[in-house]
Amino acid sequence: MSPELLSALTVFVLAILVGFAVISKVPATLHTPLMSGANSIHGIVLVGSMFIAIEATDLASQLLSLVAVAFATMNVVGGYVVTDRMLQMFKKKPVAAKPAEPAEG
Amino acid sequence: MDFNTVSDLVHLAWLAGAAAFVIGLMRMNSPATARNGNLLSAGGMAVAIAATAILLLVRPTESGGVNGTGWAIIVVGILAGGGAGLYTARTVKMTAMPQLVSLFNAVGGGAAALIAIDDYLNLNAMNTVPTAQINVATVLDIVIGSITFTGSLIASGKLQGLIAGKPIMIPAGRLVTIALAAITVVGAVFLWAGNLSVPVMLIILAAALIFGVTMVLPIGGADMPVVISLLNSFTGTAVAMAGFVLGNDVLIIAGALVGASGAILTKLMADAMNRSVVNIMIGGFGGGEGTMAEAGSGGSVRAIGADDVAIQLAYAQHVIVVPGYGLAVAQAQHAVRELAELLEERGVDVKYAIHPVAGRMPGHMNVLLAEANVPYPQLKEMDDINPEFERCDVALVVGANDVTNPAARRPGSPVSGMPILDVDKAHSIVVIKRSMGRGYAGIDNELYTNPKTGMLFADAKDGLAALTAAVKAL
Repeated sequence: MSPELLSALTVFVLAILVGFAVISKVPATLHTPLMSGANSIHGIVLVGSMFIAIEATDLASQLLSLVAVAFATMNVVGGYVVTDRMLQMFKKKPVAAKPAEPAEG
Repeated sequence: MDFNTVSDLVHLAWLAGAAAFVIGLMRMNSPATARNGNLLSAGGMAVAIAATAILLLVRPTESGGVNGTGWAIIVVGILAGGGAGLYTARTVKMTAMPQLVSLFNAVGGGAAALIAIDDYLNLNAMNTVPTAQINVATVLDIVIGSITFTGSLIASGKLQGLIAGKPIMIPAGRLVTIALAAITVVGAVFLWAGNLSVPVMLIILAAALIFGVTMVLPIGGADMPVVISLLNSFTGTAVAMAGFVLGNDVLIIAGALVGASGAILTKLMADAMNRSVVNIMIGGFGGGEGTMAEAGSGGSVRAIGADDVAIQLAYAQHVIVVPGYGLAVAQAQHAVRELAELLEERGVDVKYAIHPVAGRMPGHMNVLLAEANVPYPQLKEMDDINPEFERCDVALVVGANDVTNPAARRPGSPVSGMPILDVDKAHSIVVIKRSMGRGYAGIDNELYTNPKTGMLFADAKDGLAALTAAVKAL
């Protein structure tokens, strides 16, 4: 195996373990925003799409990379915006509907 | 600065982006820091993308100049995709949000697959047999990315109602699915053996695309959140594979992170419904049907008027509201909050029982009620609220169905084993529902024929408004 592949595999395996560790702590209430947030993160594929776009010379590659860039950007932008919209609602949870808990006794 | 320095800085920026993704996910642990975490993650993404643009600008090209066409593609693609993403994300109703997430997942997987397809076509054009590393990653990327693409589109269509939510059985569907899987595996092994063949790649591509469809079609709508989560994990894996193809660490890190986190999340969601992921993927709902339909039904249904319900509610001590997807569809979150506030003014203790999969995804109902300014402390998770039903005077079920069906406690029903809210233990039960229509599981709800249950036949919003008016009039 080439050194590049070895280091890529190392990164891959460690990142998987980090993913497992990070998620196990999230409360159920946040599962939907979390799924959406994780969904935006794989929009990083835009970086790869940019690489193939800049290297595209024939028409087929150009069309494929155009769709790839558009798809990936939609994933990134839409993903983060919709996640933020969801989380925004949690932010204002201590509303003034009940100013204070009625004191006992 | 020379190119090497810039390249180093860009790699550091990618590393920073990857770190932001990890920290961002960690901050999504608690509602207080979640939004901040998402913004941090978005910031990391912006940095990574900007760094990529800089790298592409300064790196030497074969012709020496700037690749105009390439940049035009990038700019047009970003504008088109960004515009579409921004518009849909900002205008979508919160009730329709799960299918939008699925759509974003589909395009992400599609982009990952396109990268591999493009890479393969280029290899073919240069007639170079790829190294084993590239070859394995490319084929995996094409397969996983394509399955996610069509699978997520179908899942999205099911939630949107474009495709029937009930399990769709394709004639000999399982055979077709197995055959497609076999074609994919054989093709992949053929390519991995060192053969360079675009037709075989295209066959694999087509098989994987159709596989995505046949995999999701037989799965019932109620299981869709789990499927979306699983496909989300797939996309992450596909992106990591794209990282191997391109030799790009940040794609590998982010992809693996999402692949792993998505897998855990999928398991958590499946656990919440007491179902195994394997069961769901084989198309659990709809299996073993037929005999069950008559088992529970047979009792008669008691209809009840808004005035009667209002009296029950107004003179109760403890009321538990059980909101479901029907409430969200009718946009009745505000109406339910209004009624609850009115009751509280009269000294009634009101709580909300939130089933883990209420709405369309775990946590979805919390989002919808938070949107309507329902005080967070009133939202109770299933395990906390279930013991309270016994001493609750009235349970008001608004648009929830399968998650309240006592049939789940017995074997032999499609919902068997699914954790449910113990609504049937309340002293009195009121169900606001438009008709006797069935829920996602496609079965009758025994709760409705319970002698303690009164059915208020109305649209959730209208029914709640009528109740509010009736309580005010008391």
